[in-house]
Amino acid sequence: MFNKFKKNESKLHQKERKLAFFLLLPTIFIVLSIVIFPLLANFWISFKPISLGDLRPPKLIIKENFRAKLINKDKTAEIHYRYRNSSAKYDLNNVIFNDTIPKGFTIKKIEPNDTCEIKDKNLTCNLEKVPAKSSGKIILKITTNDYWKKYKDNPKNTKPTTSYQSKNILTSFEFTFDNFKKVFSATEFVQVLKVSIYYTIFGTAGALLVGLFAAQILQKSFKGRTFVRGLLLFPYISPVIAVAFSWVILFDPFSGVVNSMLIQMNVIDKPINFFGQKYTDISIFGYIFKFPLALSMVIAFEIWRYFPLSFLFILARMQSLPEDVFDAAEIDGASPFQQFYYISLPFLIGIISILFLLRFIWTFNKFDDIFLLTGGNAGTRTFTVNVYEQAFAISNLGAGAAVAVVIFTFLLVFSLVFIKYSKKDAF
Amino acid sequence: MFWKYGLFCSIFAGSIWGAFWQIIFTMMGILTFGIPLELDVNQMLIIGLVSGIFYINFQKTISMKIHLTAIVSMTLLVYVFNFGKPYQINESLNNINIFILIFLTSAITWISINFSLNKISIGKLSRYDLENFYIKLMWGLGLIIFILITLVPFYIMIMTSLKNQQSLILNPLDFSLNINSDFKTLFNSYIELFTDFNFHLFLINSFFVSCVTVFITLFFSIPGAYALARLRFPSKKLFSSSVILIYLIPSIVLVIPLYAIFSQIGLRNSLLALIIVYPATTIPVALYMLRGYFSSLSSEIDDAALMDGLSRVQIIFKIAIPLSKPAIVSVGLYVFMIAWNEFLIAFMFLDDPSIFTLSRGIMSLNSSEVPQQHLMAGAVIATIPVMIIFLYLEKFLISGLSTGGVKE
Repeated sequence: MFNKFKKNESKLHQKERKLAFFLLLPTIFIVLSIVIFPLLANFWISFKPISLGDLRPPKLIIKENFRAKLINKDKTAEIHYRYRNSSAKYDLNNVIFNDTIPKGFTIKKIEPNDTCEIKDKNLTCNLEKVPAKSSGKIILKITTNDYWKKYKDNPKNTKPTTSYQSKNILTSFEFTFDNFKKVFSATEFVQVLKVSIYYTIFGTAGALLVGLFAAQILQKSFKGRTFVRGLLLFPYISPVIAVAFSWVILFDPFSGVVNSMLIQMNVIDKPINFFGQKYTDISIFGYIFKFPLALSMVIAFEIWRYFPLSFLFILARMQSLPEDVFDAAEIDGASPFQQFYYISLPFLIGIISILFLLRFIWTFNKFDDIFLLTGGNAGTRTFTVNVYEQAFAISNLGAGAAVAVVIFTFLLVFSLVFIKYSKKDAF
Repeated sequence: MFWKYGLFCSIFAGSIWGAFWQIIFTMMGILTFGIPLELDVNQMLIIGLVSGIFYINFQKTISMKIHLTAIVSMTLLVYVFNFGKPYQINESLNNINIFILIFLTSAITWISINFSLNKISIGKLSRYDLENFYIKLMWGLGLIIFILITLVPFYIMIMTSLKNQQSLILNPLDFSLNINSDFKTLFNSYIELFTDFNFHLFLINSFFVSCVTVFITLFFSIPGAYALARLRFPSKKLFSSSVILIYLIPSIVLVIPLYAIFSQIGLRNSLLALIIVYPATTIPVALYMLRGYFSSLSSEIDDAALMDGLSRVQIIFKIAIPLSKPAIVSVGLYVFMIAWNEFLIAFMFLDDPSIFTLSRGIMSLNSSEVPQQHLMAGAVIATIPVMIIFLYLEKFLISGLSTGGVKE
């Protein structure tokens, strides 16, 4: 009896297992093909000497021309095939092309010799190899009877078909370390690393602190609190392109509101190019030090755009804190700062540290914001912008992929830390 | 210590509020009237300071009459300080506007002082009262600053989109709207975007891509989430946590291989490419959010249904989906927002203007040949649908976001 029950249950388990697998299969498939596979492909590309132009596979371009005089005593005509290798880098091998010669044509001569054969009106030309950049011409000299004139049967009506092989740089086994050498060498790498770290640390910490402050403010109940809470989420939910460009226009050196306002109020004498100036001199007590202006602006944007997220999490956690704890503290005579320091903060520290790690990873991976604000110029080039810069601006896909590998390595380390700590606090 | 006394608190709060509101209202005045005003922080700082001291002395006997007297005398003091010409403005035309501005500055400063100094006595304060005073002051200042910094970029966005090039170059600070101008001149940028810049196509494309993404995402993530929430299978935990890890992977790491592969198979410059890539980034989010919702439903219903002979697949369609309709709608709208806001992939993949999405289309406006207000009008067009969706699902989004469904 008991055995039977157990057997039944294991059968049920098996059924469930199968069903679960079946239900999750499409997700697994999609994630594998669009996330995991490209991730591996990125490693592959990072070891290849590949530029943006190489993505267009080399092609054999063929142009057919038919030359005949309408009134022609000899009834001769010529068909010209001009062919060209579209690639400047890769040869085409085993090139063969076919075409149909209409009825009524007799081929007298083929130039150059030996390349083409004709069988039952089917022309087959074997060009063997067309080197990179090269081109050539095949001329068929033909005689015609009147047939083609009657039916307007032009040889150009049938397009030549081609078959050829070429090396595809993506799938070939040509590898190089140049991409990584290029990425790691030069002073640029240190510069990019520095900017990435500054951006990530200050962006994350700033957004968290501002979020914590906002949560403290919205913790207190007042009229219109729900409204304000929704309002503060605007920067986070709006399309990045919209808010980034409104910041750019707001801080524009020529027609921006901020510059005009500051000049109007006699704070500055001439406009500041907030997103275009790498450093600005600030003197404090006679010491002049270089303040990284554009980078700070980008960090300010990051804080402005992402504090709502931390604010939301912290507020949610605070509202789950039992009210009577504070009542008890109040009775014990704890001052507001003491209540914050001894009750709220210890309660929030879990969510804050998780948020810090999560936001740290996301800020490190942030591309859109910096790209739209400064394009990575004026000392704001982080690793993510560098991926774009290398792969698409300089057209060196391999180097871009190498930078992406560097990002992924950092990400892996951060994720391990994240997993280790997130176990303590159910996220 | 002197700073523990209520009198100091009143001086502190009064001068801070005075200076603060003077700065804010001067800026607002410049932007709304379109006339250059000179900022003078000191006068209002002193007036606020005096009002603070006044308030703390008379707060017990305060009445409507005293409130009014205070505000009016603060306004008058501004005029006296400036010898009748506040902001150094001579134009008599604007005098009524200037008066309203000064009156508002005084009134709001007075109200803020009232709020901060309420129930603060003039003598030495206990630690509790003192901290409460500073917290209240910070609370008020903080709230206003947060609202302002959140709204300013949006305000600039909307107002710029309604201006014309000439007036923007003439005076970048003039955001006054000519109420008499007709609809066509006011919304000129929008009209041009739709007639000359194909924005109707971009809207349709964005809408199409986002809707298909929502459909595909829900189609695959609902059964998946149900499996994760209800069914027992080995390595379920591993699977759940790898879902989180998947959405830590940024698209910038994937964009080069995707670009290379899609170029080779000739898919790159097409909306189909976006429809293939977007669900891959949104399915993990949807899976995560829906799993949370399904787990919060009681599993007893499922067990009862199993007893009654329903299969698991039937349960998904007849019980789980109908029960979680609001959650599914909200997750769908959230996915819609992600797809709608997406920039990187659209920017990299699309070259052909007839298939641009809104993000890509706005990017194409970012050139020196296209005037600023067109760019901002494009930004407004892209933002409005998101705002509408947000207002509709604010409550769910807030609870959904804060329970862990977070994605850039």
